[in-house]
Amino acid sequence: MDPLRLLAVDGRLIGEAPIGLDETLRLFAAMVTARVYDRKGSALQRQGRLATYAQFEGQEAAQIGSAVALRPDDWMAGTYRDAAAMWFHGYTWDKLLLGRMGDERGGAPPAGVNVLPPSITVGGHMIHAVGLGWAERLRGSDRIAITYFGDGATSEGDFHEAMNFAAVFKTPTVFLCENNGWAISMPRARQTSSETIAQKADAYGMPGVLVDGNDLLAMVAATREAVDRARAGGGPTLIEALTYRMAPHTTTDDAGRYRAGEDVEEWRTQDPIERVREYLKGAGAWNQAWEDDVSAKAAADIEAAVERAESLTPLSPDAMFDRMYARPTAVLEAQRRAVFRDEGGGA
Amino acid sequence: MARALNEALDVALGNDDRVVLLGEDVGSTGGVFRITDGLLERHGPSRVFDTPVAESGIVGAAFGMAVAGLRPVAELQFLGFSYPAFDQIVSHVGRIRNRSNHRFTAPLVIRIPYGGGIGAAEHHSESNEAIYAHTPGVKVVVPSSPTDAKGLLLAAIADPDPVIFLEPIRLYRAVKEEVPEGHYTVPIGAARVVGEGTDVTLISYGAMMRDVIWAADVLATDGIAAEVIDLRTLAPLDHDAISRSAAKTGRVVVAVEAHRSGSLASEVAAIVQERALYSMLAPVERVTGYDTVVPLKRSEKHYIPGVGRIVAAARRALEA
Repeated sequence: MDPLRLLAVDGRLIGEAPIGLDETLRLFAAMVTARVYDRKGSALQRQGRLATYAQFEGQEAAQIGSAVALRPDDWMAGTYRDAAAMWFHGYTWDKLLLGRMGDERGGAPPAGVNVLPPSITVGGHMIHAVGLGWAERLRGSDRIAITYFGDGATSEGDFHEAMNFAAVFKTPTVFLCENNGWAISMPRARQTSSETIAQKADAYGMPGVLVDGNDLLAMVAATREAVDRARAGGGPTLIEALTYRMAPHTTTDDAGRYRAGEDVEEWRTQDPIERVREYLKGAGAWNQAWEDDVSAKAAADIEAAVERAESLTPLSPDAMFDRMYARPTAVLEAQRRAVFRDEGGGA
Repeated sequence: MARALNEALDVALGNDDRVVLLGEDVGSTGGVFRITDGLLERHGPSRVFDTPVAESGIVGAAFGMAVAGLRPVAELQFLGFSYPAFDQIVSHVGRIRNRSNHRFTAPLVIRIPYGGGIGAAEHHSESNEAIYAHTPGVKVVVPSSPTDAKGLLLAAIADPDPVIFLEPIRLYRAVKEEVPEGHYTVPIGAARVVGEGTDVTLISYGAMMRDVIWAADVLATDGIAAEVIDLRTLAPLDHDAISRSAAKTGRVVVAVEAHRSGSLASEVAAIVQERALYSMLAPVERVTGYDTVVPLKRSEKHYIPGVGRIVAAARRALEA
């Protein structure tokens, strides 16, 4: 199975572009912005201002090229490595940062943004997108749900249950597998004996599509088709986006222990941003000054988001009791009093 | 009790179009215990769903439905079959409100038949409710009477937070009583004083309540007035009801069929010593199952505490 590819590695258009140049410029700017955020996140972690950070560098096209196919009110359930998709769908940078700073208030996207906070455990969230889409259908809405997950998550039993439920009940769900080649230290070849992850869709009775995940235009085309099918009542689709995790698993990981640097350098030649830049250059739609402006604006926006997140009033020591239920139980209220007694503080 | 539960689901489906039922065999067969009997016919295939055999999938899909605004009621066939769904319950169902700082919530109900006494196959007689009562973010409810069963289930469906609703298998068809018609609720989080007394407090819930009430009757023939408390909700536990009665009688017997160590009986004993120690005239007596696998049919009676063990424990407390 050859992956769907519309942009060659050198940026030549080798198929029909699903979007015009203006839209391509908008998505290019979004990818550039996402990378600025990603590098900032990594830097903040090294400065001790974030807890663990999971970089998505190299996966910008897979995330933004798919998220753009959604309607603003569609549902999204992703992972800790899907900040670009989540942001593009309405989550704000400051909330994303807040979560990584270890503050539960980061788990609440703005009102009307139907993006679940990232799933930290691997694989359990895919079935949520089945239930979300299913509920929308039952209520007569045509909202759909997309779920992002990695190649490692396809080994979890919950992948099977989610795929099977989605196909049996024809839920409007798009399964977007970002196959980035690695599950911490485990290479894709040892994750599954299937030739592709996309082919697993066959067994469930749903379409499976293999896409060059570093090709923005191919991602847009493939996801749009899957989203349209789901919205029209045609059921779920599995999309395998072939991409590469350019950074270690997280800031606590040392990828040098298990993979050779040459792979990373080889994949750098397939960089998703570089590829679109070359395409736009060829079409005469790009210039350096414009990209510099995009980068500068991204840096300023993200700096402002860091400022907002860091200047938020600290959580009260007893805030944990207020988030558990609609109203804290009597048992929790008793424990809340104990916090103040034991810490010697006052309410 | 089976009919009361069926009525509760019927009322909820009729009153609230956000309510949907899903689970293995809940549709055309009406569930392994027939609790959902007739509901598919009455409410239609867009409200009641037979699902593939996948407990994690059932709970995970119900979770997504609840987040999207429905009020799903999922059925798992036996408590011993619920463990594949444990990750969904612990990692997502009990956490989404906290994880999203109230932005997303999962008001779903997971109905699970539990407990032994019917001589079923392995895995069908479990009473591991403590592992769910230990899980933050969910509520755990266990009715013992038809009236409570209906009212608590309707309360669970209306609750803004997820509820694990445990149904005592051996009481499904053992207890008959008139239950109020239509919609009513019994509050979650409130124990019930089943019978007042001054000599000793007998505390239990769910399937064991029948034996506890019989034990109180036996004690009464000897002139011993036992106060009987049905906890009804295991999380959050009604600490006030426990300590109030303990302080009143000074003697507590707590009976559960669960494994002894780390059981709700242990939690009740801890609450009594924290809140009523100086009123106590005897150590708390725990009458429990053992830290063994629940034995199969031929030996099950040696595991599940009966009236004899409860009465004996009460007498020990009274003689202390």
